Amino acid sequence: MGFWRNQLSGPTDPIADANWTQGESRKGFFTDTSICIGCKACEVACKEWNRVPARTDADGPAWQGSSYDNSGHLGANTWRHVAFIEQGPDQLARAKASGAVLLGMPKRTAEPTRLAEPVEAPAEPVGLPAVRWLMSSDVCKHCTHAGCLDVCPTGALFRSEYGTVVVQADVCNGCGYCVAACPFGVIERREKGVVEIGDGTQQPVPNGGVAQKCTLCYDRLRDGQTPACAQTCPTTSISFGDHSDMVAKARARLATLHEQGHTEARLYGANPDDGVGGTGSVFLLMDEPEAYGLPPDPVVTTRDLPRMFTLAGMAGTAMIGVALGVFAAFGRPS
Amino acid sequence: MAECHPVGFQWVTEAKLRGAKVIHVDPRFTRTSAQADRHIPIRAGSDVVLLGALINHVLSNDLWFRDYVLAYTNATSVISPEFRDTEDLEGLFSGYDPELRTYDQSSWAYAQTDGGTVDEPGSDGTADTATESDTAEGQAFGEGGPPLEHHRIRKDPTLTDPHCVLNLLRRHYARYTPELVAETCGISVDDFAYLAAAVVANSGRERTTAFCYAVGWTQHSAGAQMIRTAAILQLLLGNMGRPGGGIMALRGHASIQGSTDIPTLYNLLPGYLPMPVAGKTDTLASYLDGIASKKQKGFWANADAYTISLLKAWFGDAATAENDYCFGHLPTLSGAHGTYQTVLSMLEGGVSGYFVLGQNPAVGSAHSRLQRLALAKLDWLVVRDLQMIETATFWQDAPEIETGELITDQIGTEVFFLPAASYAEKSGTFTQTQRLLQWRHKAVEPPGDCQSELDFFHLLGQKIRERLAGSDDPRDRPLLDLTWDYPVDEHGEVDPEAVLREINGHADGELVDGFAQLRADGTSASGCWIYAGVYAGGVNRSALRVPNGGGGPTASEWGWAWPANRRILYNRASADPDGRPWSERKKLVWWDADASRWVGDDVPDFPIGLAPDHRAAPGTGGPDALDGTDAFIMQADGVGWLFAPKGLVDGPLPTHYEAQESPVPNPVYPVQASPTRVTFRRQDNLFAASAGQPGVEVYPYVFTTYRLTEHHTAGGMSRWLPYLAELQPEMFCEVSPQLAAERDLVNGGWATLVSPRAAIEARVLVTDRMRPLAVRGRTVHQIGLPYHWGVGGHAVVEGDAANDLLGLALDPNVQIQESKVGSCDIRPGRRPRGPAVLDLVAEYQRRAGLTPDTSKEA
Repeated sequence: MGFWRNQLSGPTDPIADANWTQGESRKGFFTDTSICIGCKACEVACKEWNRVPARTDADGPAWQGSSYDNSGHLGANTWRHVAFIEQGPDQLARAKASGAVLLGMPKRTAEPTRLAEPVEAPAEPVGLPAVRWLMSSDVCKHCTHAGCLDVCPTGALFRSEYGTVVVQADVCNGCGYCVAACPFGVIERREKGVVEIGDGTQQPVPNGGVAQKCTLCYDRLRDGQTPACAQTCPTTSISFGDHSDMVAKARARLATLHEQGHTEARLYGANPDDGVGGTGSVFLLMDEPEAYGLPPDPVVTTRDLPRMFTLAGMAGTAMIGVALGVFAAFGRPS
Repeated sequence: MAECHPVGFQWVTEAKLRGAKVIHVDPRFTRTSAQADRHIPIRAGSDVVLLGALINHVLSNDLWFRDYVLAYTNATSVISPEFRDTEDLEGLFSGYDPELRTYDQSSWAYAQTDGGTVDEPGSDGTADTATESDTAEGQAFGEGGPPLEHHRIRKDPTLTDPHCVLNLLRRHYARYTPELVAETCGISVDDFAYLAAAVVANSGRERTTAFCYAVGWTQHSAGAQMIRTAAILQLLLGNMGRPGGGIMALRGHASIQGSTDIPTLYNLLPGYLPMPVAGKTDTLASYLDGIASKKQKGFWANADAYTISLLKAWFGDAATAENDYCFGHLPTLSGAHGTYQTVLSMLEGGVSGYFVLGQNPAVGSAHSRLQRLALAKLDWLVVRDLQMIETATFWQDAPEIETGELITDQIGTEVFFLPAASYAEKSGTFTQTQRLLQWRHKAVEPPGDCQSELDFFHLLGQKIRERLAGSDDPRDRPLLDLTWDYPVDEHGEVDPEAVLREINGHADGELVDGFAQLRADGTSASGCWIYAGVYAGGVNRSALRVPNGGGGPTASEWGWAWPANRRILYNRASADPDGRPWSERKKLVWWDADASRWVGDDVPDFPIGLAPDHRAAPGTGGPDALDGTDAFIMQADGVGWLFAPKGLVDGPLPTHYEAQESPVPNPVYPVQASPTRVTFRRQDNLFAASAGQPGVEVYPYVFTTYRLTEHHTAGGMSRWLPYLAELQPEMFCEVSPQLAAERDLVNGGWATLVSPRAAIEARVLVTDRMRPLAVRGRTVHQIGLPYHWGVGGHAVVEGDAANDLLGLALDPNVQIQESKVGSCDIRPGRRPRGPAVLDLVAEYQRRAGLTPDTSKEA
């Protein structure tokens, strides 16, 4: 059963599991939100390269009144999404405290308000800042165990030779099972419609009616190129490379931030023992995942398959037993 | 910087990862603040107080870099005993004429070694009283700064003379205390202490501090003085001419630096040579005298070579010594001809034709409402842009059509829209903020009729010259004498490298290697002397792209920086007076005694063989007059100016004045606003009452305008692009929760903003990033307004223009508008439609009792 279990959850090599033999290494992102400036160049570069349609009225109100975020969340027409989270000092204090707990540090109460006494020439700013503005570029996680892929009945979703999860639009029948299966709410079915190109020219929306999400720029990878978002990121908040390097880089950056006293920093997706076997896109967050709208404990739907299988087996066996008993007790008299 | 220069911010990110401390001072909390070690909110327009208090902190605690300051600044120079400071005259300097609202600067002059004062060349030492009513000739100086008659300046190395610059500085800034900062800027005493400690700890031999600013400093009625204050502080801390130091002006567009080097400004010729002034510098001789005296120090004394080479580049063989090299062909200034003076003249019917290139004044210029009304008074208008911007369609869909102020059928302006080639569709250079020229290769051919500026003007020139061919009218000579013979490629387009070669210049038929080869005898030509060398050896050096710039500390093989590929100006100051680096950590160039020359990681900004111990012979001038320690080689006395004895029309030392519109009384002096600011007193340019005047409560809030990352200025390059437009689709205002509560504003709802000029509507973003400031016992609310949207019919997204709210009050030195501070009211809900919006504005004006003279008094 161990073999099966690792296919469905837990640490594994998704490339080998998918029977690829080219010898490509698993590729992924490391998104360091501590140096994200929220410029949204990743959103635009992604749309440019992948011909993702601009938002339409069907996507909801254009201006959302939610800090500087007007793309809302990941979806069929938003494959990179920059979140903007405004926080006060109390939230920062809580984030520092919860991060310290993760670190196993003695719990301490950070001071959310300014010190009363003026200090002569302080080396560090007094107290926590009055405002904190978190920015984070979210993207498909390219899970080690991808729920979307596992439930896809047509084979439109496949595991690439880079260990990423990619939709083949010409195979997808738009059933939408993957939408419900993704624990992160990433994949979505694109609405059909028309887009206006230039003055008055109308074209059907590309890939309307089928599931759409980040491909980790599969086409660029095959040409040895960096995905468009990582290529364009001015501050290197988005790095791209071998998954193992990305995880190592994330751990090193986390250690640096912890040394600097930023106990609020933590990694997301770097743990292969989590509910999706770790993610291909690794993040460094400056607060709990919920603050960014990320599930704190994502679980791939297939993780429960062995247990469900066992239970179903037990139930089936019991039913057969009951049926046999019934036949034995009330069998037709010969 | 992260907000408006995200690509440049990568270097800040990298510096921060290496341990640099980043402090962000800004009225609102921006993307930059999010990355800073500390955000310090400031009341818009109070920067001189903050910087002045830092100067006071450095001087009164003896934290200034003594060896640097004594050697490289005018700290020891003695100023005329006639000079009176704002301390003596309650907020005014000596020489103020309340009638003309200008200064006679003669009492600010240096004292001479042998008595008297050091004046402008050609003057007799008496007052050169300003005669113009609008401004005191701030436009008349090139970048070389004001000239001096000579450099025999009285010095006091003991710093005991009360008239020596350092003592004047001490006295002037004594009242700029942390407590004054608290009550003027709204910055707490401990935030100030943190800032001051950080700046001081990161200055000196081992470390340097840089100031980066953008139009948050320039766009004020005393904007030039804000930057001057930072310059004084950086000189006192020894942060100029050294790696990691300096003051970096972040430009608003890809090549704004280039468009001042080879200017689109009315008062400059290429290479920061001044424009000739009618009645003052009508002849070549008087013009050259006005730039620099042959008896002053430094390289501006060679302005004759730069000017004559420019004239040779423009007029070729027609320029001869006999005809003053066609100097008379140049236009002359008869006053300030800034963009706002031009628009006001347009309103009066004084301008018949107007070229608008890559600009959208109907949305992007201050008082954009006035701009649109003025466009309707033209005979013809040419708009060259990528998109059908609001300036091109004002006759059809300006807001004034809806109010009935403009009626399409009655607008006589003939509008020509000419589609322009974008940056990817043409080759040429960008010059960025660090003076780096970077060549851009054409990626694709321009579509359809789109055309580059270069081709357009080349063709226009050809057509005009064809029309004028054979004319013997003297006024046609300048156009007919122009060298206009650029080679064209197979598409019939001008070869832009040919233009760059012309700019580089040549002597005796060979491309010059640098400006030192330019001469004043007509045997050399150069289209812009500071760019001489960009094509040295026949190589387009702006196109150099060696990975990592060649690997050296200055990345010197990436692009080309003017002048002479020098990456840090005045870098002689990176070494001590004896020519040794101030520290191993901060070394850049130094004197190699064995080789008898300056060497190092950058191109030395100093005569290469001039030894540190060299002392110029008495009576010499120009580069020959430089001592081995005169690090500021372009200055008329070889040193950095803490005190500006000439040149700034609003005072020799930066002084805090409130903005034209301010609800706060000036806490520093009885003079409320800059006494020399330029205002236009008109019924269509009313100003709100300032503190202490009746009606001030009608417009109780401060607004400030700015850009967002997602858009580019007035939107021509972003509001038409769906991928950018959707990221910030609507005009909004940023308000604090406290102001929202005070005025019943709801996040996501609408608000109407009313200024004395206009009323606009915006969506409401309530955010903790806007913080009310406690200033002199009262609460000052600031409202943030991005200015990217305009009303038209062609963009993907549109909205009311924030610039409609602004009035026209200008800095007298540079004629820039005060768009960072204004007064307004804010109320919930959308604005009235049609003519009713005018009634709303008028009702406010009436209630406040506004007249053209409101806020007139200084």
